[in-house]
Amino acid sequence: MKIHEYQAKELFRKYQIPVPNGKPAFSVDEAIAIAKQLSDKGPWVVKAQIHAGGRGKGGGVKVAKTMDEVALYSKNILGMKLVTVQTGPEGKIVQRLLIEDGARISKEYYVAITLDRAVSQLCIIASPEGGMDIEEVAEKTPHRLFKQWIHPTLGLRDFQTRTLASQMGFTGPASKQFQDILKKLVRLFMENDCTLAEINPLVLSQEGTLSALDAKLDFDENGMFRHPSFQELRDLNEEDPSETAAKKFDLSYIALDGNIGCMVNGAGLAMATMDIIKLEGGNPANFLDVGGGATEEKVKEAFKIILQDSKVKAILVNIFGGIMKCDVIAKGIMGAARELNLTVPLVVRLEGTNVAQGKQLLEQSGLKIITASGMKEAAMKAVAAAGGH
Amino acid sequence: MAIYVNKNTRLIVQGITGQAGAFHTKACKEYGTQVVGGVTPGKGGERFEEIPIFNSVKEAVESTRANATMIYVPAPFAADAILEAADAGIETIVCITEGIPALDMIAVKEYLKTSSSVLIGPNCPGVITPGQCKIGIMPGYIHKPGKVGVVSRSGTLTYEAVHQLSQRNIGQSTCVGIGGDPVQGETFIEVLKRFNQDPDTEAVIMIGEIGGSAEEAAAEWIRSEIKKPVVGFIGGQTAPPGKRMGHAGAIISGGSGKASDKIAALEKAGVFVSLSPASLGETMEKALKTK
Repeated sequence: MKIHEYQAKELFRKYQIPVPNGKPAFSVDEAIAIAKQLSDKGPWVVKAQIHAGGRGKGGGVKVAKTMDEVALYSKNILGMKLVTVQTGPEGKIVQRLLIEDGARISKEYYVAITLDRAVSQLCIIASPEGGMDIEEVAEKTPHRLFKQWIHPTLGLRDFQTRTLASQMGFTGPASKQFQDILKKLVRLFMENDCTLAEINPLVLSQEGTLSALDAKLDFDENGMFRHPSFQELRDLNEEDPSETAAKKFDLSYIALDGNIGCMVNGAGLAMATMDIIKLEGGNPANFLDVGGGATEEKVKEAFKIILQDSKVKAILVNIFGGIMKCDVIAKGIMGAARELNLTVPLVVRLEGTNVAQGKQLLEQSGLKIITASGMKEAAMKAVAAAGGH
Repeated sequence: MAIYVNKNTRLIVQGITGQAGAFHTKACKEYGTQVVGGVTPGKGGERFEEIPIFNSVKEAVESTRANATMIYVPAPFAADAILEAADAGIETIVCITEGIPALDMIAVKEYLKTSSSVLIGPNCPGVITPGQCKIGIMPGYIHKPGKVGVVSRSGTLTYEAVHQLSQRNIGQSTCVGIGGDPVQGETFIEVLKRFNQDPDTEAVIMIGEIGGSAEEAAAEWIRSEIKKPVVGFIGGQTAPPGKRMGHAGAIISGGSGKASDKIAALEKAGVFVSLSPASLGETMEKALKTK
């Protein structure tokens, strides 16, 4: 689960990690009011709030020297379609701003905490090359990327923060402050079930103090039962409405840009189904996992979600009935197809328990269902039904 | 021989009285698995389908000499259930539960380093040695005893692979679902090591997917260590970056975890990579001929 920068910064404040003064704004008037509250002579920073990085390069972050500029930049950025390296070409509409005090920067750094899956431990990644994206640092100057792993029971130790501070080139009070920020960030990460905590850049001011100019937090969906209040931080505008609707029914759906809708049980088989559609010359319209046991109700909701996508020209259902019997699944598909008055071609591949009965039911249903044996045949038939390549 | 489980495995079920736990306990028992007990705190002394229920894993082990457990405990309590099983000295812990927080699993993983227990999962279909012992939610009847080891991060895609093998009369020694989470118990390498040493396994099929770098690490190990033919498949060749594809661990992030990198690593290690999920059985047939 992703949240906005201003929300992450509020959590930073709770943990006493220094951030610039600022507040979110939803309109130009609000932006001006906040800027006035912050200072009377600026500079101020107007920052687009979307769930994607690379905002500066896309024109979503501007430094305003006068109040007129605050108004101008706020007007320009609010409602703009912001395209960054992370949004994809379709971009994202900006609906919220963060208005902040401008900082007098002397140097920028990078700090993040993430899970290192290879060793099943949290890892701090720090670099004196802040501001640019970390993949770039990893690629161009890997020797400028420093890491410390956090022991699951011992936690982050002083020698580790000292090592990182010295590798980053900090001395004196800045070194102390840096180490303090690291410890607080680790605590924030652990207490809130984060999957990523990133400060890019962490800046050293001309006065010699550090603050988090940007803040990014992602949370572990599996840990959210421990933090019910985080639901309020969700910005539904940032989420695909179909994906949100799917979640309500415990379906896992991700929209893609092809024209063959997919309904599959199990995430691995669902990915493999997308892959084989592509191999057969078609394009999947979505990833959709109806779960290990595909019930009639879930199948019906899954069809509804797939059909909301007007690009869909054919639907491929690929179910490996293990515990669920194929004849039961077939009845579910038929019921849903009838009730929803399905008009796009439907290709169904069933495999597993009672497959013969299942197929027979589908063939005798009077519905226009194309049955297939095996994934390859199913994909070929779906590609043909969607109008070929 | 087989790996992890066989006809002598004595299984208990943690969360035996829950809906999924009860259903799959019956299915495992019907398959022939020796289900010797169940654990539900507060229900000790009761019985489920004649299986005695205990209040704790320790009690269950003392009374039944169980050496394996299958966990269906809900996600908020599942990490604790794994630790309890390890503490009681269970050899093979199979955790089916999906949705355990990553931070909980980091702690579990650390604890297991000092324990002789092995964990399979979580968020996995389980492990089966066809004809001998089934621990998990996989449909037993699609399997066939034989000589091919299966290891996978997925559930239904594993069934697909097994089905394709069985249809070609290629039986399986043991099928292990290691699960789709970013922090898991047994990894590809650990399972591959066992298959490599198992005299009953002649070849291995490894099913990976996008996210993390476990497949790349496994490829490196395969290249230097494994003496048996390996068939590989990577799901998610068409998955977009930054999107979690159902499994908590299936995500391409920061340029890593891509299917193309994993496929390249496997091919470099001499693995017979099947690009199509429909050719898994066929590819194994070819690989077996090279032996």
